[in-house]
Amino acid sequence: MHEMGICQGILDASIEAAEKQDATHINEIRVSVGELTEIVEYALQFAFDTLSEGTLAEGGKLIVNIIKPASRCTQCGTEFEHGVFDAQCPECDNPFNDTIRGRELHIDSIDIETLEE
Amino acid sequence: MEIDISKPILDRNEKLAEENRNLFAEKGIFVVDLMASPGAGKTSMILATIAALRDRYRIAVIEGDIASKVDAEKISAHGIPAVQINTGGACHLESNMIQRAVEALDVDELDLIIVENVGNLVCPTEFNLGENAKVMILSVPEGHDKPHKYPNIFSISEAVILNKYDTIEVFDFDETEFRDVVKSLNPAAPIFPVSATKGDGVDAWIEWLVDRIEATKAAAVD
Repeated sequence: MHEMGICQGILDASIEAAEKQDATHINEIRVSVGELTEIVEYALQFAFDTLSEGTLAEGGKLIVNIIKPASRCTQCGTEFEHGVFDAQCPECDNPFNDTIRGRELHIDSIDIETLEE
Repeated sequence: MEIDISKPILDRNEKLAEENRNLFAEKGIFVVDLMASPGAGKTSMILATIAALRDRYRIAVIEGDIASKVDAEKISAHGIPAVQINTGGACHLESNMIQRAVEALDVDELDLIIVENVGNLVCPTEFNLGENAKVMILSVPEGHDKPHKYPNIFSISEAVILNKYDTIEVFDFDETEFRDVVKSLNPAAPIFPVSATKGDGVDAWIEWLVDRIEATKAAAVD
């Protein structure tokens, strides 16, 4: 539901970095999104298609690396992967766990065209 | 040419929520974001909370609705400052709306702000407002299956208020099932069975809220 605002954040950071390099076009933007953010990938792509129009990123690709949730049990220390709503330790059934992966919302890198290329 | 960026994505709502959070922390104001379906009892719970705490804390309320001033008028009739936000169609409150509402309040003279979010079990969960705690209300007539159907609001709330508890005999509400599912989604959240309009069970909620407020104040001093 939030994907427009997130996408604007992605574009702002990408365009800022691209302009520093005098880029003529942004070909790709790579982001990492944890499943626990509940960001819907197709909504993010749709927002990207809409918001990138008229910017350096128009026609470029948004590549989303989805990160599966994982937690560490506060009782026995087991690290385990799980779904969005079912973080229960598979070893001791403890429902209290520390999330170690799955909340990422990160812009990793961009691929740009510059005049020299 | 590949450029490494390696930065967190901060969308505009999060940036403004951070600004709100900083202002509230600086002024020592505890902020609750109260979420529930329309008619579940948000305004009634706010009135019950005001009645219990108005002699201990200086309270203001920010009301969120698509239209009308009905709720803000109910609150201000009790002599508590209330700001009404009309979203005009948006189904949830966002940090920029809270920022604007706060401009109408005297932040130097407040200890507690209760935000009544737009009636909705879905969208408010995705927007931080800069609050200290998100709390949700589920009312008995809505049914015990709502945690199955709307897991997110139960997972992200610090406390769950089970309102209209006095009607439990009338409706086919399986309290054990409800508690089990809420516990599986959110093992840490206390569940408070209350009747907001009658006052039953409200004391336990107030005790929890006061503990949360005082813990936040103590942490701020350190």
